[in-house]
Amino acid sequence: MSLPNTPQNESPLLEIRKVSRHFGSKPDIATRISIALGAAKPPPVVHALDEVDLVIRRGEVLGLVGESGCGKSTLGRIAANILQPSSGSVLWKGTDRSKLNGRALRDADLAAQMIFQNPMAALNPRMNIETLVSEAPAIHGMIKGSRAAYVDEYLQKAGFDPDMKRRLPHQFSGGQRARVNIARALAVRPDFLVCDESVAALDVSIQAQILNLFMDLREQLDLTYLFVSHDLGVVEHISDRVAIMYLGRVVEEAPVEEVFAKPNHPYTQALLAEVPRIRPGKRKFEAIKGELPSPINPPPGCHFHPRCPFATERCRTEIPKRKEIAPHHYSACHLNDVAA
Amino acid sequence: MKPLLDVRDLVTEFPIGGKQGLRAVDEVSFKLNRGEVLGLVGESGSGKSVTGFSIMGLVDKPGKVSSGQILFDGEDLATQSYEQMRSLRGRRIAMVFQDPMMTLNPVLRIGTQMTEAIHAHEKVSPSQARIRARDALGMVGIPSPEERLDAYPHEFSGGMRQRVAIAIALLHRPDLIIADEPTTALDVTIQAQIISEFQKLTEEQGTAVIWITHDLAIVSGLADRIAVMYGGRIVESGDITTVLEAPHHPYTRGLIRSVPSENSRGTRLAQIPGVTPSLSRMPEGCTFRTRCERATDACRVRPGQFGNELDYHRCFHPFEEKLA
Repeated sequence: MSLPNTPQNESPLLEIRKVSRHFGSKPDIATRISIALGAAKPPPVVHALDEVDLVIRRGEVLGLVGESGCGKSTLGRIAANILQPSSGSVLWKGTDRSKLNGRALRDADLAAQMIFQNPMAALNPRMNIETLVSEAPAIHGMIKGSRAAYVDEYLQKAGFDPDMKRRLPHQFSGGQRARVNIARALAVRPDFLVCDESVAALDVSIQAQILNLFMDLREQLDLTYLFVSHDLGVVEHISDRVAIMYLGRVVEEAPVEEVFAKPNHPYTQALLAEVPRIRPGKRKFEAIKGELPSPINPPPGCHFHPRCPFATERCRTEIPKRKEIAPHHYSACHLNDVAA
Repeated sequence: MKPLLDVRDLVTEFPIGGKQGLRAVDEVSFKLNRGEVLGLVGESGSGKSVTGFSIMGLVDKPGKVSSGQILFDGEDLATQSYEQMRSLRGRRIAMVFQDPMMTLNPVLRIGTQMTEAIHAHEKVSPSQARIRARDALGMVGIPSPEERLDAYPHEFSGGMRQRVAIAIALLHRPDLIIADEPTTALDVTIQAQIISEFQKLTEEQGTAVIWITHDLAIVSGLADRIAVMYGGRIVESGDITTVLEAPHHPYTRGLIRSVPSENSRGTRLAQIPGVTPSLSRMPEGCTFRTRCERATDACRVRPGQFGNELDYHRCFHPFEEKLA
């Protein structure tokens, strides 16, 4: 599959530039004084994202992969404008999102919707399906005509039987709740959906139904997706391009065939070696040694060096830069300099 | 050779107000030899975990094993007393759960919990027990095991906790380990680490394993044999390669084809229509018939086991050709 044809002069749908995000408590005045006097330590800060660059073009599906704690959900939330970056900028259709206001800001907010992992936590248990789906579009004055007809239309799009719209979320199975969540996101007519582990909690046969639904909706409604997942099989199936994250940084980014055929970064290589595939015959499970270090105190230089079999002295001190190693294939690894 | 575990027509029921109970496990039969790995595969609600609990004698009341036999090394576990089961559990049969915090007590040090597990079955001195606990931690790849014995469960990461749970399961070199989704909650790289340790240790010790999971991909690389469960029954059972290459049952086939893979990119996934019915609304006859494209009137009758007692399926209209 080739990349969607976007005219060269059109700005990408979403552009994330040098975005960092830190989490930590703000010390109060007394604590700040004692820190200044050296009597207390500064509170720990989690470096969830560290100068991430990412471009999402109109009409594409970008898969975002990484292990838990690598910052992929934080990046997804920033892309959906639920979280604000600590530094860096997010450009929506070429305009800095922090500079938008009024109607433009509201439109940009509505155009990017998020579908969460746990549909039960995302749905208010006391609201029936109709209210859940119609609330946001009603508030934003998007419903012209009958509210019931509007809700039915979007429930049908998501493959949910509108006859059951008077029921409450707990009366449905996981797959049906996932469909309600999708209908609710679609009801404000977004251009861009951030799916954060949206199929992770579903059984295999239901997961296949929902993945097919995502692909159908993309065709029908011309949607763009940021698909956040730890499941490499799912990402390989659904994505046009893949970005791989490790401890707050994007280490590799490439079209999906390219990254699965020729992974460049040692972390990607190790990760892809572990893609579970249905292949009969016993195999030896081999693994990268060690675990993801804590994002409170990430290792200096390349974050992957303590686990990397090819790490050199340079990897321990210098942060590798993101480089284009093949057309549309970016990787951040010092080893590419040695080869070149 | 006599099998280590021979489960025959096992039925586990949960009573609901007087009538016949809900059959979570419905006439399940399988055999397991020493050193063999059986992948017990199914979606949520298929009865795979309850099967594991039934063997361990851990079915929550009012649920109970209502008929069938669980022959473990010749003895029927279904008729053993509480005390007898207690002396078997942890010593000859051990279980590893999905959530290691189910195994671990959050307010006790790891070392205390491990030596406790040793003393439960063997008379050894406290210092001896501690050495054994330390060695077990080292065996599952926990760095500096001596110091980690004094740590509490919350001081470990998820992957490390699961290693501790596996170390505890292996303490008495059991003949059989029942692993219930032990890597489902873990990241891919950690999952591979755990499976590799598990594989190494069980091979060394000749332990038989029942690996309960929903993940066909893991089972395909790990198991010798597979049993696929749907609606409380094993719908297909056999050698792993045979079943994955030429599954007879439409459900097995649908399940394999609905997993996204490198070949499915850009195409629609084959999907099984509908959802698994709840136990109280299981259709008569073949439980899969309401979702099956091949179903006919013949399927209203309960399908028996077609094949021999090791390789069989429960379908009136089985596929014979290989999976494309």
